Amino acid sequence: MTHARSGLAGQQRRAQFLWGWALVLPTVAGLIILNIWPMIRTIFESFYKAGDFGLSQTFVGLKNYQMAFQDPRVLKSLRNALLYMLMEVPVSIFLALLLAVFLNSKIRGRSFYRTLFFLPMVTAPAVVAMIWNWLYNANYGLINHIIGHRIYWISDPKLALMSIAIVGVWSILGYNMVILLSGLQEIPKDFYEAADIDGAGFWRQLFQITIPLVSPTLFFVLVTRVIGALQVFDVIYMIMTRDNPALESVQSPIYLFYRFAFEEKQRGYGATVVVMLLVITILITIAQQLLQKRWVIYE
Amino acid sequence: MHDSSKKLSERIVIHVFLVFFSLLMAVPFIWMILTAFKTQTEATSIDPFIIFPSALRWDAFKRVTELLPFGRLYLNTLVLIVLRILFALVTASMVGFALGRLKFRGRGFAYATIIGQMMVPGQVFVIPQYLMLSHLNLTNTMFALLFPGLVTAFGSFLLTQAYRHLPRELEEAARIDGCSIGQTFIYVMAPLTRSALVALGIFTAVFAYKDLMWPLIVITEKSKLTLAPALANLQGAVSTHYPELMAASLIASVPMLLIYIVFQRQFIEGIASSGSKL
Repeated sequence: MTHARSGLAGQQRRAQFLWGWALVLPTVAGLIILNIWPMIRTIFESFYKAGDFGLSQTFVGLKNYQMAFQDPRVLKSLRNALLYMLMEVPVSIFLALLLAVFLNSKIRGRSFYRTLFFLPMVTAPAVVAMIWNWLYNANYGLINHIIGHRIYWISDPKLALMSIAIVGVWSILGYNMVILLSGLQEIPKDFYEAADIDGAGFWRQLFQITIPLVSPTLFFVLVTRVIGALQVFDVIYMIMTRDNPALESVQSPIYLFYRFAFEEKQRGYGATVVVMLLVITILITIAQQLLQKRWVIYE
Repeated sequence: MHDSSKKLSERIVIHVFLVFFSLLMAVPFIWMILTAFKTQTEATSIDPFIIFPSALRWDAFKRVTELLPFGRLYLNTLVLIVLRILFALVTASMVGFALGRLKFRGRGFAYATIIGQMMVPGQVFVIPQYLMLSHLNLTNTMFALLFPGLVTAFGSFLLTQAYRHLPRELEEAARIDGCSIGQTFIYVMAPLTRSALVALGIFTAVFAYKDLMWPLIVITEKSKLTLAPALANLQGAVSTHYPELMAASLIASVPMLLIYIVFQRQFIEGIASSGSKL
């Protein structure tokens, strides 16, 4: 390398360094102030207890965590979130996959179906919740009228969480479908032609061609939906009123977090709940990353 | 599955399935519209059960517009959406170009900050973000609504991917033509990331429109709220007046639904591509 060239390269490097940092600085500074520092502070908060009027904070060590592990509301909320996840995620992904497979063929009305299924994605969860609250109404609701029974969808503690999960599936189905559809479109059509010749039926094609080949997309949807489901809040906040007898068997950790931290001014306890959920989310995500080798096929 | 000579019975099954799900998706929306035009008596009549309102009545809409300042709510939501999009597109493009095209010391650190933020559930940031605003006496302002969206880790990641996939030759051609790094960014590269910018813009708008918890926390004055949290408050006020609740839901959803129906392709592809690129 000649001297002149290395000088030029050095100049180029300096320019890249200055430009690079000038361009990323606002975002990096923003993320530190808005996210990294708050995360550390939330963890700190979980070791503190709000004093009178929520003004002064006293250090209580692990007391909040001790309290949380003995608080039936908190334990039940974690159970609720896990159960909700176990209902919403598999059902919504399986149905979305079926719909995506159907829409991946040259079917009439394809874009109409796609537009319709995606509609809840552009509707505020507050609206979705109000509509379903009305549909679920025990006395006057459309659903009970169609079924012909008076079912207490959202006030029976045995049913309420499932009813919320139904709203969750309804809301997210179209989103999952659209993402899976984009994965399906990358599968070469000859695979199916060969399978047709071999006489493989619909379900065999689904399990032996479609699912393995779309597995990276499926894995992405699974990971993001598990995280999303564990954070369920909007629909529960909107549908479950404070006097609902099923509230305890539906309320999620984020619901409790909001209530503790912002309605009851127990910031430290709210922070504790959210940190517990963070740890659980991280553990589940790690487990999924480890398990993916068993079923996700990357080309 | 992809052959047009697929068995007739199979096609019928597919169509039945799709029509059934279409009904499941559409009926809640239709029921919202029908209820909004009913009287309270019609809405809560069981014997006979009334499906269609006996006349197109706007009473529920009138009452609900007296209860909620929809003009202001629309305006607040719109201003918030515009500001969030603006900040997201500008900051994310800057990061995207820097991380996608430049090599500099500290690049890995910046990238790690972004990925790290994306892996943490957003609620972890909420208490301290609220405390900062309340210390600065900035609750109940537009700035408070905008605050968590000043920068975007997700958008930065999305744009980094977009810039990374642009052809190398462009950059070299620009340099030979004497463009500085800044000129290459703004005049040569940025215009080519249009589809990623549209995707991020739509994603940001929908997210800001749907957000419920953050506005409820930082805004206590009714006239400064956005649409979604205002509906939550309304529900507390008129809990069993179903025509009113459905009318309010309809008023709050119609603008977004219309925009969606006009730009449906961009919406679906935007959200899908920004989702699946993660």
